Amino acid sequence: MTILEIGITFIKVFILVTIVLLHVAYATYCERKVIGHMQARLGPMHVGPHGLLQPIADFVKLFFKEDIIPSNADKPVFFIAPVIGVIAALSSLAVIPLWETFSIANLNIGILYILALSSLGAYSIILAGWASNSKYAFLGGLRASAQVISYEIAIGLSLVGVMMLAGSANLVDIVNAQSMYPFILVQPIAFFVFIMSAIAETNRAPFDLPEAESELVAGYFTEYSGMRFGLFFMAEYVAMFIMSAIATICFLGGWKGPDFWVFSYVPQIVWFLIKVYALIFFYFWIRATLPRYRYDQLMGLGWKLFIPLALANIVITGLVKLF
Amino acid sequence: MLPKLFFAYFAVVIVGTSILVITRKNPIHSVLWMLVLFVHIAALYLFLNAEFLAAIQIIIYAGAILVLFLFVIMLLNLKREEMEKRFQKQWPLGVFAGMVFIVFLVLILSQIVVFPQLGPYSIQAIQSEGNLMTVGKVLYTEYLLPFEITSVILLVAIIGAVVLAKRKVN
Repeated sequence: MTILEIGITFIKVFILVTIVLLHVAYATYCERKVIGHMQARLGPMHVGPHGLLQPIADFVKLFFKEDIIPSNADKPVFFIAPVIGVIAALSSLAVIPLWETFSIANLNIGILYILALSSLGAYSIILAGWASNSKYAFLGGLRASAQVISYEIAIGLSLVGVMMLAGSANLVDIVNAQSMYPFILVQPIAFFVFIMSAIAETNRAPFDLPEAESELVAGYFTEYSGMRFGLFFMAEYVAMFIMSAIATICFLGGWKGPDFWVFSYVPQIVWFLIKVYALIFFYFWIRATLPRYRYDQLMGLGWKLFIPLALANIVITGLVKLF
Repeated sequence: MLPKLFFAYFAVVIVGTSILVITRKNPIHSVLWMLVLFVHIAALYLFLNAEFLAAIQIIIYAGAILVLFLFVIMLLNLKREEMEKRFQKQWPLGVFAGMVFIVFLVLILSQIVVFPQLGPYSIQAIQSEGNLMTVGKVLYTEYLLPFEITSVILLVAIIGAVVLAKRKVN
């Protein structure tokens, strides 16, 4: 690896992170607008035309707010918890192929890399809950980590079927294996398990028990304020984008689109983004539609339905591949 | 030169964090230093071209086992542990035993002879096929029986946990 290659990689990383963070900012705006219109409201309207500058106003507000630290908090752990979350979420971006020839690192163990980093993300939640030295934060942290760990198993198992079909854990190989048909057609159960577990893994409604406002104030980040609160927010939205990107790559054919008529002239990145945006919209849609689960229902769903379904899917896929 | 420098960094950090793990008063801090330790061990696996092992190291040790440690520590009330002295009276004896062990280890390691011809799994062979594929093939052909025995042992542990946790229904 020459100095030039390292430099190019740095520039790629910088551009990708900037674009993703802009996406995060406007995903919050889009979420408020979508949910607003679904509930017959207008959503943010005041800052800029149709509230278009709202994310920037929010960012400025978060940035200049006072950073309050609880008096008995464990300071080093309190400081490092949100940073772990953001780093784990942003590093997952490295292996995601946006189009055929673009990914910062084309790893052979791409899926395992994503799973490893998402399991590190659980630390930010559990440590934030513990270090705040507050009842609500602690309960939220315990809930969140139990939830994230259980649903990680379902996510991992649902991707095994895809890996078996593609014969590889490399994300580029997985997309190339879908040139005939996307894997959602042959792995519908795995897709269902993956999407539902992804919602639980990113702590989004209807599985947002860790931050259930009516019971726990805000869950594990109750005691955080200002930019540290913003970092948790950022980690959650980046994780949403990564889960959507993985679903796109593993089940919806990644950057591939229909190959006839004018469609074959559409650039690959456009297909990729359309699919990711559709999945993000699905996140917002389901949040506006469904009420929150109860905690025991949530754990029961994960262990008694999703994991057996994913296991059955592996067995069936194996049998089909064998014969 | 550069690989050696990297290795030196990882080795020093691994030794340093191991010492931090056993000397911290707060068990949560111990677990955090252990997390740093595990990540560095995973990086050492990457140096040995064992990317699959590195990923598994993070997923299983850092992602599952350490989180369980954290859970257990948080659920137990460890206030008393924090007040007590860190080490028992016998610690000089322990240090001595450790030193003797290190001397033995150095003596043994200096005796190691690298075989003139390596086995079929050279770095080139593994890289041409992919790490995941090689490990999978070996595990399910040559080492099928040990692999299955391990699975059965784990299954026994799971069943044991269920039996212990289950309340008797009259």
